[in-house]
Order: sequence, then C-alpha cells, then structure tokens
Amino acid sequence: MPAFLDISRLTIAFPKSPVPVLSDVELQIEKGEFVAVIGHSGCGKSTMLNVVAGLLEPTLGGVVLDGREIAGPGPDRAVVFQNHSLLPWLTCYENIKLAVDQTLKSSMGRKERHEWILHNLGLVRMMHAKDKRPHEISGGMKQRIGIGRALAMKPKVLLMDEPFGALDALTRAHLQDQVMQIHNDLGMTTMMITHDVDEAVLLSDRIVMLTNGPNAHVGEILHVDLPRPRDRLALANDPRFVNARAAVLEFLHARHTNPALEAA
Amino acid sequence: MNVQTKPVAAVAATTSTAPAKPRVAPVIPRESRARAIAAQVLPPLLILAVLLTIWEFAGRQPGATLPAPSQVWTNSYDLIVNPFYDNGGLDKGLFWHLSASLTRVFMGFAIATVVGIGTGLLIGTSTFAMRGLDPIFQVLRTIPPLAWLPLSLAAFREAQPSAIFVIFITSVWPIIINTAVGVRNVPQDYRNVAAVIRLRGPSYFLKVVLPAAAPYIFTGLRIGIGLSWLAIIAAEMLIGGVGIGFFVWDAWNSSNLTDIIVALVYVGLVGFALDRAVALIGRLVTRGTMAN
Repeated sequence: MPAFLDISRLTIAFPKSPVPVLSDVELQIEKGEFVAVIGHSGCGKSTMLNVVAGLLEPTLGGVVLDGREIAGPGPDRAVVFQNHSLLPWLTCYENIKLAVDQTLKSSMGRKERHEWILHNLGLVRMMHAKDKRPHEISGGMKQRIGIGRALAMKPKVLLMDEPFGALDALTRAHLQDQVMQIHNDLGMTTMMITHDVDEAVLLSDRIVMLTNGPNAHVGEILHVDLPRPRDRLALANDPRFVNARAAVLEFLHARHTNPALEAA
Repeated sequence: MNVQTKPVAAVAATTSTAPAKPRVAPVIPRESRARAIAAQVLPPLLILAVLLTIWEFAGRQPGATLPAPSQVWTNSYDLIVNPFYDNGGLDKGLFWHLSASLTRVFMGFAIATVVGIGTGLLIGTSTFAMRGLDPIFQVLRTIPPLAWLPLSLAAFREAQPSAIFVIFITSVWPIIINTAVGVRNVPQDYRNVAAVIRLRGPSYFLKVVLPAAAPYIFTGLRIGIGLSWLAIIAAEMLIGGVGIGFFVWDAWNSSNLTDIIVALVYVGLVGFALDRAVALIGRLVTRGTMAN
C-alpha cells in the first residue's frame, strides 16, 4: 500500500549549476501525519516544498499524492507561504473568498461558501478583522489569514513554507499553538518547512532532517514520540521532548554544521 | 524554550512600571496645528511676494520690454475678473478657451487611456508582442508632439480631430510603457497564489494582474495627462480656433502682453489641477495596493 504522499527519488537541478540542489530525496507521509522538514538555510527545503506544491518541476523522480502523480500546482496542495502572500487590495474575507470561490464553486452554493469562509476565519480566530485589508493587521494576523485561506481550500495536504519564520517569538508561539489545535481538530496531513528546532519537535509526528546542500538528501528521520494534545509548558522539561530536541540539534550542529558558518 | 522566557520577562517589567505613570493620550494643542498649516502655506506666499516685487521693480525700469504685475492687473482687469463673458467669435472669457482646450485634452486622453492600457497589457503579457512592438514604440515616443501635427492635418483635414490625435499620440506612450512594466512586475507571490488556486485566463487577469499593475498604470496616466496639457497649448497655437493656446498666440499678434501673462497663469493652474486630479483618482482606485 503506497503512502498518502509519496516523494520518491526526487532530484532537482537548476539549469546553471552542475550539482543538483536535492538528490534522491525519499519521503513518505501518511494521511493525517504532521511532518516537519528541517535543515540549514540553502539546503533546498523550500525547493522541495515548491516541487510538492507543483510550483517547480522536478528534474528526476516525482511526487504521488493519494494515488495520483502531481503535475502543476493545485488546491489539493494548499500552500501557506512564508511571507503570507495575501493580495493587498482585498480584505481578509475577500482573500479567502477568492480561493474558496475558485476551488469550491462546483461543490458549494453561494451561501454555503459564505458560511465556509466565515467558518475558516473563525478557525484561525480572525473574525474580528474580516473586513480589514492586510496592511491594517499585524504580521501574525496576516499569517493566520494565510493559514485560513489554505485550510479553506479543503486540501489533501497542507504545505507550510517556514510559516512563522518572519514573526517574533511570542507571536510564533501563539500561532504554533493554534496550528496544533487546528491539527488536533481537523487532522490534516501537513508538511512544514522550518529551521526552528523547538517548533519542529513541538508540532510534528516526524522530523525529516536534510543534509547540507548542494546534493542535499534526507539525512535522518526522527519520530517524535510525544502524546497529543501537547502543551509547550509541560513539555519543556519532559525528557522525551528534551531528547528529541537534542537529537535534532546534534544532527544540525555536530554532524552537519551550517556551511555559512564554516566558511566564515 | 529559553527563547520565550526572555520576552515574557521583558513584558512583565514594563507592565509593573505602567501603573506608576498613568498614560495620558497626547493632546495636540490647537495652536501647534495652526502653526503647522502656516508653516506649509507661508513660505510659498512669501517667496511669491518677493518674486512679484522683483518683477514689479524690473518691469518699471525704463526700456523694460515686459509689463510689470501692476500693469497686468490694470490692463487685463476684465480678463482676470470675468472669465465667463462671451462676445461671440474668439472674443470670449478665459473659461471658454480653457474649457475648449480641456475638451480636446479629455477626448485625446480618453482614447490614449483605452488604447494605452490595452496595448500595455498585451505587451506585458506576450513576449512576442513586447519584442516586436517595444523597439518601434521606443523610437516613436521620442517624436515631439508638434511633429505629428502636419501629418494628422493631412490625414483628418480638420483642426479638431487633428488636435485630438496629437494629444492621443503624445500621451499614449507613457501609458503603454508603464502598464507593460506593471504587468511584468506582478510579484511572484501573487502568481504563486493564483497558480495554487488555479486562477487562470481572464479571471487571473482581472483579479490579480490588473489590481497589481494599477499603481504603475496610474503613474503612466499621470505622466500622460501632463504631456497632453503641454502638447495642446502648442498644437492650438497652430490650428487656431477657440482654445487657450490660440488665445495666447492671438494676444501676441495683437501685442496684448498682459493677456498672455494672465493666460499663462491659468494654464499653469489648470495643468497643476489635472496632475493632482489624476493622482487623487489613482490613490482612490489603488488604495491598499501600494501599502504593502
């Protein structure tokens, strides 16, 4: 039985460079699983997500989602972009509406879609700002709308590209808790790119660690064996959390040192 | 986890000091607001007064070729205080001349807006169209407006459409070029969003490209309206009839130098108003787009 999301022998080379960014990446994600992909900057983790999203063509290998090979981008693989990518001339409601109208028009009536947009605004706790434009709300709120928009497409898999990278530590923690809550409620299959070790351990079922690029591949996969729901305060001193954290740190900082720091 | 403890501590520190010093909403005194307005308005008025004084002084010198401001006021008093009189023929108040010129500008500019945005969208989306048309446009746009007038007179055989054509051909280039640049510069983020939700074809164009390019389009329109106003004055000098350009030329032929000065002040003010009007419309239409 093949995996729900099956990334096999994925190799990505850019035209001008002789060495591929990623080579022979293998990753199987089960339905409902939350997988974090971590690695030093420049290792190609965002490239990997872009291929799964369909925004980038793989050089070799491919991605199969729910029994079908992906070709091009589509709403079954909704993306939460790092810089939120909301359309600035639309309100929060309209940003989600654009996605919902476009992707769910055939399956839902007008009124049903309206309810669904409001439901998703509520899911990310942004009802109060539904008529605000993106420049009127904070970075964390923008990202919440970005998540709400992605979820509203009813994707088979949610792709998050360093979703909280640009946020301050407090806001990031708050949004992580919200994503955990939503994942608990909806059980959506999620692949998240991150460079934050705590975030990876706290949120995911498995952490995929990429070696340094070029020629990056999956170096190690760590199962995070923590019961859900998880609580960040309770986990802070939990030996399982601490061990998982240490294992990722060891991989990143002892065995695969940041290439940028090495050069310096 | 240590990442979080620091900000928490910082917040606690600020909240504990807060009650000691209750925050009062800053009240801006009325005086300072009036002063701020005065700071904006007074300098230009002051400089204007100085310039008028120098001009007055220079104009009163024996052998001065141009009239002083006081002479302008006395000689062209009727023209200044009554812009609405109409004695038939070309003997009309400045309002009528200006409105004739503005009508031509609006007609030419309206055609230029439609054609310019349309062509710009084409060039912005089709690489073939850009490669084919851009070099031609780059050459054509350097041709001075008046150089088109003889050709357009030959083609249309009438003054009015010729003048409108000159306005069109003058203002269309910046609209085309800016629209094309705007379309080409739709941020990759927006393209990605559109790709993920499979927004394509006309609806992608209407819902993403056009709003994203709107600020560029309005920059083009603003340059275009400025050029139109420059061109109409010159064109009207040559084609005659009612219009502020010909009014200036006519005043020169009858040696009414003071009338020319009054007309020039009006031309400047109208040009300024046109520029600001397009800028204002642009701000209203693109609200939100720029602020990110």
